[in-house]
Amino acid sequence: MRRQPIGMLFSAPYAVFVAAVFAYPLGLAVWISFHEYIFTAPGVSVPRPFVGLDNYSAVLTDPAVRRSFVNIGIFLIINVPLTVALSLLLATALNSAVRGRTFFRTSFYLPYVAASVAVVGVWLFLFGSGGLVNQVLGSAAPDPSWLINENWAMPSIALFVTWKQLGFFILLYLAALQNVPKELYESAAVDGANRWRSFRAVTVPGVRPATTLVTLLAIITGANLFTEPYLLTNGGGPSGRSASPVLLMYQRGIEQGHPDVAAAIGVLLVAGVLIVAGAQQLLERRQR
Amino acid sequence: MKPLPIALVLLLAVAGCGGGNDASNPEAATARGPISLWYSNNAQEVAWGKQVVQAWNAAHPDEVVTAQEIPAGQTSEAVISASITAGNAPCLIYNTSPAAVPNFQAQGGLVPLDDFADGASYVAARSGAAAAQYTSPDGKFYQLPWKSNPVMLFYNKKAFAKAGISTTAPPLGTYTEFLATAEKLVSGGAAKYAIFPSPSSQFFQSWFDFYPMYAAQSGGQQLVVDGKATFDSDPGRAVAGLWQQLYAKNLAGKEAYTGDAFADGTAAMASAGPWAIAAYQDKVDWGVTSVPTQSGSAEDQATFSDAKNVALYTACANRGTAWDFLKFSTSAEQDGKLLEMTGQMPLRQDLAGAYPAYFAKNPRYAVFAAKAAHVVEVPNVKGSVEVWQTFRDAWSTSVIFGKQDPATALTDAANKINDLVE
Repeated sequence: MRRQPIGMLFSAPYAVFVAAVFAYPLGLAVWISFHEYIFTAPGVSVPRPFVGLDNYSAVLTDPAVRRSFVNIGIFLIINVPLTVALSLLLATALNSAVRGRTFFRTSFYLPYVAASVAVVGVWLFLFGSGGLVNQVLGSAAPDPSWLINENWAMPSIALFVTWKQLGFFILLYLAALQNVPKELYESAAVDGANRWRSFRAVTVPGVRPATTLVTLLAIITGANLFTEPYLLTNGGGPSGRSASPVLLMYQRGIEQGHPDVAAAIGVLLVAGVLIVAGAQQLLERRQR
Repeated sequence: MKPLPIALVLLLAVAGCGGGNDASNPEAATARGPISLWYSNNAQEVAWGKQVVQAWNAAHPDEVVTAQEIPAGQTSEAVISASITAGNAPCLIYNTSPAAVPNFQAQGGLVPLDDFADGASYVAARSGAAAAQYTSPDGKFYQLPWKSNPVMLFYNKKAFAKAGISTTAPPLGTYTEFLATAEKLVSGGAAKYAIFPSPSSQFFQSWFDFYPMYAAQSGGQQLVVDGKATFDSDPGRAVAGLWQQLYAKNLAGKEAYTGDAFADGTAAMASAGPWAIAAYQDKVDWGVTSVPTQSGSAEDQATFSDAKNVALYTACANRGTAWDFLKFSTSAEQDGKLLEMTGQMPLRQDLAGAYPAYFAKNPRYAVFAAKAAHVVEVPNVKGSVEVWQTFRDAWSTSVIFGKQDPATALTDAANKINDLVE
């Protein structure tokens, strides 16, 4: 295959964009995490000595930071499988000829495009101590209520994010379902497969690349969790049980003026996401 | 979800993109010409800002001032910090939080007003003894004390009447009275909660539950004095004990709330400053009193100032004009207009004596003017925001959610804060 210089030209703007907006800042963040660093006005000279692993040591010995990583682990364990399962099931249902298909597709997509700030209000109404969910559950409702309960705050957020993001992932699966050959379903039917068997034997393997993408995106967006604990659980409450690493990065880096510590949290988070995503890829390759 | 990590790294990326900032630029200190400023985005302050700029520009065509609202962001402080780093902060910001000043100063973003020949003397003459609370550890003024919103206790007369409590002299002076009143309000169905300050863990939320009562109970002490936390003390424990009971008895709300609990009747009381008078007009038939103390409220007891100040930023090229405009906008005439248009209290000595006609015409504001003489500011110490976050985390865990003994939590927080400000 001959190299096409014109192709380089066309891809250059995006390459420059990625280098300027992602690669350079990421590299700078790694550099900052190994130095004592504060944001200063241009021209202001302050010493920024190399401190080795001091920032990482400060971060890893901080109970609040450690707790935030545990929190995000709980979030991912609930959110990712739920997202994959529900979006695939709903996409499959919406892909079949059902009445009101367009309405349902729009309905599932609506929370995704709505601002978190707006939909958080709805969830506060639903999951508040006097909310609809508790009224339905009666004496079975948790006490304290969901969003101020140490054990339920993070699962509640995971559920909220799953619901909010579902529309986007359904769209990905709907696109992938168009590529599954109809003949495979026909031959499965000829072989006597019922709908469940056909779903497992044809649909699931047929949309595997989309599942990889959905899983990866769910992990990455989940690891970036910020708005929901900020608004839904009063800034990571109760007692830090729903604080996320990004929320702490914001507090430490932007509010408190410690970008070096925030950068260390960020680098650890990126490393964690890469490890989880790598493990997921490895698992998937083995399955193939 | 917001891509905060990306925002963070973008902030880092713009760090090298700004123009030349120099805190001690002698030419800039006397330079004159166009300047820019930011003011808060509430309607009353915008109106005041527009008229003061218009008045200045009419008289100074060669030193035109351009004004705009602070750009939207997570908080004003985050936006200002980013603009300092990027080198594009305006000359003046009329919404500088005293708690953020130490950080802005560490960033090299603020010009000490002492650089101007009449800088320190102007601040002292305008604000009197209260100005001392706004000096930085190096003894200089990096902010001009502008206006305060002395925090007092608003109560809903309709709810109080429903619960059979006096609306003219409600029993709210002592902690015992306050608790009994709170219980009566909730058990009588007058309101879902007696009081509902935001239970959020944001660093500044303690300014509206703990700090006003602590200022009153401690006789006007700041959170940190001479490098030591003061709240691990009888007054601190007393205030924490009161709030612990309010939360334990479900008299105060623990959950996030999207509306204004006092305005919509969910809570029967609220701690707020005079800004709330306009906000609650036509919504609540309210009365106001001092926050309680253990042995009873007194006329001259202290409260939290909730002040917002003006700072001059190092990105400013024409600092001579900026300083002149700052004096013009905080003159007796403009302070009077600020009072009339916003209801907020200029940090000017003998406020009631300076504007007698206004307070005679607006007696509801007069009580806040009297309180303005007894305000306590946040301590101007290194790592101020971190100090408040440490306190808030301890408060949240122990007082709001009851997961730790408040006295132990206060001791732990005090030790951490002592290390931070050391």
